[in-house]
Amino acid sequence: MKKSYQSLEDNSTNNMKQVIYRNLTSKILYLGFILLLTFSTSLTAQEGDPVNGKALYRTNCASCHKLDSRMTGPALRNVETRLAEEEGLDREWINAWIKNSAGLIRSGDPYAVKIYAEYNQTAMTAFPQLSNQDISDILAYTAEPKPEPVVAEVPTGVQGGGGDGLSSDIMLAALALLFALLAGALVLVNRTLKRFADEKGIEVPVKEKGTPIWKAFVQNQFLVLVTVIFFLLASAYFVYGFFMQVGIDQGYEPVQPIHYSHRIHAGENGIDCKYCHSSARVSKHSGIPSLNVCMNCHKSIAQVGDETQAEGISEYGVDYNAQIQKLYKAVGWDATTQQYTGETSPVKWIRIHNLPDFAYFNHSQHVSVAGVECQTCHGPVEEMEVMYQYAPLTMGWCINCHRETNINVKDNEYYTKIHEELSKKYGVEQLTAAQMGGLECGKCHY
Amino acid sequence: MHINMKIDAKYTVVLVMLVGFISCQENARPNYQYMPNMYESVGYETYQEADVDVEGNQIFEYDMEARLPVDGTIPRGDFMPFEIDNTVEGYEEAKANLKSPLDSTQVDYEVGGPLYTIYCAICHGIKGAGDGTLAKKDLIIPGSYAEKDITIGSIYHTIYYGKNSMGSYANQLNESERWQVAEYVAKLKADLDK
Ligand code: HEC
Ligand code: HEC
Ligand code: HEC
Ligand code: HEC
Ligand code: HEC
Ligand code: HEC
Repeated sequence: MKKSYQSLEDNSTNNMKQVIYRNLTSKILYLGFILLLTFSTSLTAQEGDPVNGKALYRTNCASCHKLDSRMTGPALRNVETRLAEEEGLDREWINAWIKNSAGLIRSGDPYAVKIYAEYNQTAMTAFPQLSNQDISDILAYTAEPKPEPVVAEVPTGVQGGGGDGLSSDIMLAALALLFALLAGALVLVNRTLKRFADEKGIEVPVKEKGTPIWKAFVQNQFLVLVTVIFFLLASAYFVYGFFMQVGIDQGYEPVQPIHYSHRIHAGENGIDCKYCHSSARVSKHSGIPSLNVCMNCHKSIAQVGDETQAEGISEYGVDYNAQIQKLYKAVGWDATTQQYTGETSPVKWIRIHNLPDFAYFNHSQHVSVAGVECQTCHGPVEEMEVMYQYAPLTMGWCINCHRETNINVKDNEYYTKIHEELSKKYGVEQLTAAQMGGLECGKCHY
Repeated sequence: MHINMKIDAKYTVVLVMLVGFISCQENARPNYQYMPNMYESVGYETYQEADVDVEGNQIFEYDMEARLPVDGTIPRGDFMPFEIDNTVEGYEEAKANLKSPLDSTQVDYEVGGPLYTIYCAICHGIKGAGDGTLAKKDLIIPGSYAEKDITIGSIYHTIYYGKNSMGSYANQLNESERWQVAEYVAKLKADLDK
């Protein structure tokens, strides 16, 4: 990479050199550069190249400015015309501002002072390395018209969150009604048919009175015995099944106050589980992230992409953008001024996994020491639109895993000695968690 | 004939009832328990909602069991108060004067690296070139460390308080972890600047 730049550098001007250095990684810029080099002679200072401008904008400005909404700094779409029309400021001023905004503010320029105060005296980085040409490229990019949004239709009736429970209820009610109607219709049809038959004097042939099947059945004692035994066994099976599942919450999937999707966060966007569940590394509990963790990203992400929004509505019946608004309401974030209002209300997430009081479970021991993947116990979380309990969390489930899983002794001095002794005692190479004492009642029961 | 009719009607009723039962067996609420008093803790459990009423006073705001530490208390172990403010001046001071307490033997990229990957790479990219997953999708664009005028002190200040649109990571990383990550970022910058 570096070599090929070297040759470019020689025939470019000094400030371009810096630009090259700043954008070593960006392929787009690379292309843009070749473009720029090809056309640079024909360009006047006023006409910018939006392709190069975009790349420069991404590397330098995008961390603070969005095109169409306020972030750390103002929205920059059509900033040049806006400043010219509203404030009577020319390109000269913009150049001076971008190259050294602090200097302009210090010099007492009235608009500079005003906007600096408006943005709570947040300092914009100085960009002395940008040439006037670079700046006109950036401005050309900001002057590009806004791309037409893909219209995501929000059908009326789609409620944020919890909508699906309701709709399935309605479906079932409709089904039941349908059955009732069908039954009613059957009765009616039968009755009218019968009346017809009566009126026309047709005799509906009545079956010959032999012994009905059920009577024959009752008379056969052996058959009765077999059937009774069968029914007893079957019901015993179901009763046993029923009693065994009492207290087990596998599949528990409550409706959460904010429709927060692990599929989107951990799956599509690949956010590490521990980014949010950070205490899993170091403590007993894995923890539900406090809302400031959400705001690390959602300060900048006020809306999901149009495709995501459309998918949410068509597949899950959820208006994702409304869900993000719920988050803003809870933390008291005003997206238009980009400031906290101080009016907060807690989000009452409903707890899903919960061991009984008499059982002890520690995340850090499993996650950090043993290196067990979250998915082993919590299932395919990165595919879950709504979080549910994947494992039964019964004692048998814990014990089975302890019997089958070898302990992770690598880089763990704590285990070295005891592992040596115990593996000699049991005559095995690798100890399972059970052989290390993972079956002792006191390990899991207080 | 008439008997058959009645049976039909009966079946329908049974069917409707069955459908009804199945629809009741939703996953939206927890299952029954044998002895709930053996399952539920007497003491407060983490994240529990606790409606505690002492002589007419609601003890917990919003019935939230989770509490902030009492003012003026500090956790045991790995903790030192951070004296520098969350202001522009504080940032400049950290940039100029704040030095890492870790000496060269304590800096462990094996510790800092994985933490960086968990907490920072999603935006800044594995190598710090500003090409994390979210940046690639144009959602959050932090820029490359190579562009930034940063020192170990300013990196620590940024992790501790955040900067502009970047949030604070002080509650996800403890003090020594923050320094390990800061050292790792400094290394990434050095690699990028090469
Ligand atoms: C560190 C964050 C930051 C970066 C990076 C940044 N800006 Fe700014 N910018 C601001 C802030 C904040 C303001 C508002 C004035 C103030 O507080 O200084 C602003 C104001 C502006 C204005 C004045 C807009 C108006 O409506 O008056 C322009 C033009 C501008 N920036 C252009 C740019 C360009 C072009 C870049 C990239 C080369 C850039 N900025 C990079 C933070 C930043
Ligand atoms: C962006 C932050 C974020 C990320 C990343 C994240 N989670 Fe979550 N997680 C949450 C929130 C918020 C909740 C509570 C709401 C809910 O239950 O849906 C939660 C709930 C859970 C629960 C259920 C907790 C309970 O109440 O029992 C589990 C288990 C879980 N997450 C596992 C994971 C795993 C495994 C990953 C990685 C694949 C992951 N999470 C990634 C934010 C996150
Ligand atoms: C590391 C960055 C990050 C963090 C942290 C984060 N989000 Fe998100 N969030 C995203 C991204 C990216 C999207 C999807 C944007 C898109 O598709 O255009 C999103 C989308 C959403 C949505 C709409 C889709 C959905 O899941 O329903 C909600 C609601 C949401 N986030 C809530 C939260 C909450 C609550 C938290 C805190 C527990 C949180 N987010 C933390 C990055 C983050
Ligand atoms: C060995 C199995 C196992 C592994 C591995 C595991 N968990 Fe858990 N998780 C559990 C159990 C059991 C509970 C219930 C704990 C309780 O009620 O005390 C739980 C509870 C949770 C909760 C609810 C809140 C809490 O802490 O009680 C969250 C969130 C969670 N796990 C996330 C994670 C994440 C993220 C990972 C990976 C970093 C992970 N878990 C790895 C078994 C596991
Ligand atoms: C690996 C951890 C572990 C070990 C070791 C363990 N248990 Fe358990 N035990 C559990 C868990 C988890 C539960 C809760 C199961 C549930 O909620 O269904 C439980 C539940 C129980 C129950 C209540 C019955 C039930 O299913 O709810 C009894 C009684 C019990 N254990 C006895 C013992 C005895 C006796 C030992 C020693 C031989 C032992 N346990 C060892 C994890 C363990
Ligand atoms: C949610 C996305 C995101 C995550 C995650 C993130 N950052 Fe940032 N970071 C940003 C943005 C955006 C900026 C640009 C802020 C500005 O200059 O206004 C930034 C800027 C920085 C800077 C330069 C600040 C300066 O002085 O100019 C450093 C250093 C930094 N981040 C370190 C980290 C570290 C270390 C982590 C992990 C603990 C991290 N970041 C995680 C988005 C993120």
